[in-house]
Amino acid sequence: MRDARGDLRRPVGLRLWLSGGWLTLLVLGAVFAPWIAPKDPLMQDLFLGRLPPFWESGTEPGFWLGTDSLGRDVLSRMLYGARLALEVAMIAGTLTCIIGAALGLIAGYYRGWPDRIISRFVDIWMAFPPVLFAILLIAVLGPGLWSIIIAIVVIDWTRFARVIRAEAMSQGAMDYVASAQVAGRKRFGTMLTEILPNVLPTIVVLLTLEMGIAVIVEAILSFVNLSISTDSPTWGGMIAEGRTSVHQAWWVLVFPLIALFLTVLSFSQLGEGLKDRFDPVLR
Amino acid sequence: MTLLRTIFLRLLTTAITLFGVAVIVFVVIRVVPGNPIAMMLPPGATEADIARLQAQYGFDKSIFDQFLIWLSGVLQGDFGTSISLRQPVSKLVLNRLPATLELSIMALLMAVLMGVTLALIGTRFRDGKTEGVVDVTAGMALSIPDFLWGLVLILLFGVFWPVFHISGRISPALNVDFTTNFYLFEAIARLRFDVMADLAAHMFMPALALAIPLAAIVSQLLKQSLKETMHLDYVTLARTKGYGENHVITREALPNAILPTLTLVGVQFTFLIGGTVIIERLFSYEGLGNMAIDAVINRDLPLIQGIVILFAMLFTLVNLAVDMLYVVLNPRLRHA
Repeated sequence: MRDARGDLRRPVGLRLWLSGGWLTLLVLGAVFAPWIAPKDPLMQDLFLGRLPPFWESGTEPGFWLGTDSLGRDVLSRMLYGARLALEVAMIAGTLTCIIGAALGLIAGYYRGWPDRIISRFVDIWMAFPPVLFAILLIAVLGPGLWSIIIAIVVIDWTRFARVIRAEAMSQGAMDYVASAQVAGRKRFGTMLTEILPNVLPTIVVLLTLEMGIAVIVEAILSFVNLSISTDSPTWGGMIAEGRTSVHQAWWVLVFPLIALFLTVLSFSQLGEGLKDRFDPVLR
Repeated sequence: MTLLRTIFLRLLTTAITLFGVAVIVFVVIRVVPGNPIAMMLPPGATEADIARLQAQYGFDKSIFDQFLIWLSGVLQGDFGTSISLRQPVSKLVLNRLPATLELSIMALLMAVLMGVTLALIGTRFRDGKTEGVVDVTAGMALSIPDFLWGLVLILLFGVFWPVFHISGRISPALNVDFTTNFYLFEAIARLRFDVMADLAAHMFMPALALAIPLAAIVSQLLKQSLKETMHLDYVTLARTKGYGENHVITREALPNAILPTLTLVGVQFTFLIGGTVIIERLFSYEGLGNMAIDAVINRDLPLIQGIVILFAMLFTLVNLAVDMLYVVLNPRLRHA
């Protein structure tokens, strides 16, 4: 039995280390992009169009991962694209978390009419195709960083609200909450001091997962050319460009795709790893 | 009697949900800056031309009046006229719906097939290396959304080892004179194997991209419930009767363990249908989702409204069907 648990623990640790490592690397790359990017991400040179990555023949020095059809450096664009991806992940993830968790907490703990209203909205939201909803919102709000963030918050708050509502409901039924009430605590105070700390691990896990989702939504929006202004480098924009020229220059699609893949995987593995850490049954 | 009551209440909430969706879409898209009418007219059109077209599409009335007119039209099956394509929205949307439905159903079948297979393998070889492999595979498949799987598949089977088509629904050169737009179903009914093969070669990758995350969820949940079922007395009884492990898993445990998975598949199916929007775009597949993105880019308000409402109807219908199925399959709920 002890062996089985030992086996269970090891991959959890490795998973956290690997995903944390990649995300740290990414944050560093994004923060120091102006200093470490080998080229200007916007610089075009049609004579240097579609250069292959460094290990193939016909390359130019300095263009490590090749260039796109306009001769822009793929590596530099990826580093700058990481900035937008991480900004969206942090800001949109946190805002979605705060709004969704607050509504879920209120619905699950207070029950009654607040619950009925919030749950009705969740039902309506579940009937929207999320990607279409996001695209619609961007079309309404116009392109830009804050439009993407607002779109993500608006489409994804239900993810938190649903889970936290259920958690708050089961916590609210427990004896310790009843004793806090008997001890004369205010309802609102009980919610913040008793319920919130107990659902916090779930909130942290959901937040980590949400950051990965935000990165994907941003990539999808820039893929359909509705993210921020078209000259700013984004992973989704690079992928869209790479998709059209994939038979001539596969690297324009492959490298941003690998970056996106690892980032999304890391956020979700980090979330799953944290979930296992917090789960008292596994601990 | 109680079953009827449950169904009635469920239908009522479905109607309220659809009404809510309609209101939200209607309000949201009317905040769009930019005049869609001005975009359809050639430069040099007079104010009077614009006013005339505005009146024709009803944009000169208040939002509330526009909503009432639209709603009464919808209740009679009239979704208005598309601005960019100048055809009735209902006709456009119904022409595209079969493509999206075929893709979604194909993806669902693939997901269930892969998920159940993985779960059975994981249960058959449980507590060994194979189960670990199954768990890690499912975990990976689940963490990566359909959009990324689509791109990975394009690279693998479209570029590096080009065996499937990476765009479109059917080869234009193929002579298809079908009566419906359900090409795949009709090809099967008419035994047109050339059409079937061509459709499959186009549909395989987008359907697989949609199926992978769902397959992972199915395999995880089914394996969990199979494992719990394997400890029940009746399964032990079957074992003591001398049945082999394969028989015990597929014939004894599976029928009992599959019910929770069925419910989950129903709910997840709506997410899969939602995923078709971007997957159709990625594979240039001529379905509803692809049309929806064009409609948004072209600011085609009547078309956007029609497509979103149709999606919402699909979602709520699937949910309704799942709930009904669950009530019917689960005897305890029938008299509750």
